[in-house]
Amino acid sequence: MESLIIDQLKRERIIELLKSGKRIDGRSLDEQRPLQIETGVIPKANGSARIKLGNTEVITGVKIQPDKPFPDLGDKGILICTAEILPLADPHVEPGPPTEDVIELARVVDRGIRETEMIDLHQLVLIEDKSVIGIFIDSSVIDADGNLFDACSYASVAALLSCTVPKYEVKDDIPSLVEGVTSKPPVTTLPISVTMARIGDYIIVDPTSEEEACMDARMTITTNSAGNICALQKGGSEGFTPEQLIQCSEIALQVGTKIRKQFEQLK
Amino acid sequence: MTQLMTEDGIRCDGRKTDDLRNISIKVGVLKNADGSAYIEFGQNKILAGVFGPRDVHPKHMANQDTGILRCRYHMSPFSVTERKNPAPSRREIEISKVIKEALEPAVILKDFPRTVIDVFVEVLQADGGSRCAALDAAAVALADAGIPMRDLVSACAAGKVADRIVLDINNEEDQEGQADMPVAIMPNVGKVTLMQLDGVLTPEEYKSCLQTAIGGCKRVYEIQRKALMEKYFQTGEQ
Repeated sequence: MESLIIDQLKRERIIELLKSGKRIDGRSLDEQRPLQIETGVIPKANGSARIKLGNTEVITGVKIQPDKPFPDLGDKGILICTAEILPLADPHVEPGPPTEDVIELARVVDRGIRETEMIDLHQLVLIEDKSVIGIFIDSSVIDADGNLFDACSYASVAALLSCTVPKYEVKDDIPSLVEGVTSKPPVTTLPISVTMARIGDYIIVDPTSEEEACMDARMTITTNSAGNICALQKGGSEGFTPEQLIQCSEIALQVGTKIRKQFEQLK
Repeated sequence: MTQLMTEDGIRCDGRKTDDLRNISIKVGVLKNADGSAYIEFGQNKILAGVFGPRDVHPKHMANQDTGILRCRYHMSPFSVTERKNPAPSRREIEISKVIKEALEPAVILKDFPRTVIDVFVEVLQADGGSRCAALDAAAVALADAGIPMRDLVSACAAGKVADRIVLDINNEEDQEGQADMPVAIMPNVGKVTLMQLDGVLTPEEYKSCLQTAIGGCKRVYEIQRKALMEKYFQTGEQ
């Protein structure tokens, strides 16, 4: 994301506060902003969600339709996540082809859901090697105030949990829609992404855009319901010590467990 | 599906769990580039060329306070089994970004305000772990260009194959293994500057995978150092 040029004084204030274990918006270091989830906001989509993480707001829609499988994966359905930051979300975003930041955002969100195997894709095959069900999860950031990774990930997971899979019948190798019959998606686990920023020696959870503007490095870790670490992405122009990386994994598991409870209710 | 590991822990390419593939690095292989390197890392064959510090085009990208680093990771159409479309894919754009961010902490960009250092990496033949190999070559090429650096950057992946943590994942293990964790470090500064993971690890496996990868990076560092010494010290002493 294009860094905000924040007041040098504010940057100093953020760092000064961290020294006493506080953040500029009053949160503790490992505290997420409140997460509001609303599902079923777009009736024309098979599943949808609108989430607010602090002031960051994302709408995700799920579309489900028959498709050809990937050539080497004929026994699995298709799952594709995308993400974009709409120009109305941020004064620094312009219309046009996706920047590398946006491509990274979409790929990290996709990786979290794919690597945890949240959806059992084997159950989405209509005719092996020929026809499968495709699930397309498209997220749009509509208001950006930092931590778009988690926001898009939560919206995608919420939209997937709320979706219904239409039934298709295969006649002469052509799948046709059976009207009025749907089922729940084959959900196996709940991936929860936790993004942390390192500012100096401090690791903070769920950075706002002000905090992102003065972070040294970023870490996004996705865990599954069984407490395993399934996907990870380091970002930013600085590094982490090995000890900090272990600390990040512990924070991700701990914070992830809390947030997962909010998603359990959507099941 | 190929068997990835025998019962006595021998991998599909004959290596033990903590063996690296063969690595060779040559420094200064391109005449026009300010710095360059060629790496063979298993079946990976990768060229890296560095230009700069030089004027920034387009001009609006220039920063008054610091130099900037740009990086392009690109795969040749003939580098993989099925021809690859030469246009940069989303995967290549993401890898370019993480390689850039892995190198940035090492390069002293503040010394060159209003300029750019361009790092171009071309994967001529791809095997598993091409981003790590590309990064290893890029770091050596930056050093060859004489650009001031805090440290080299050394990269190597570790992962989980047949329920065991192994070093330096090859192509088959990447496709069919359980986890892949590319890591890059600044070996003397002691910081991790690139890290990604896909695959499922328990918290204990995560720690041991990270340790294994860092151990691999340190061994790669020795090979990078030797390659640089070969160009600059042995001929220089005479």
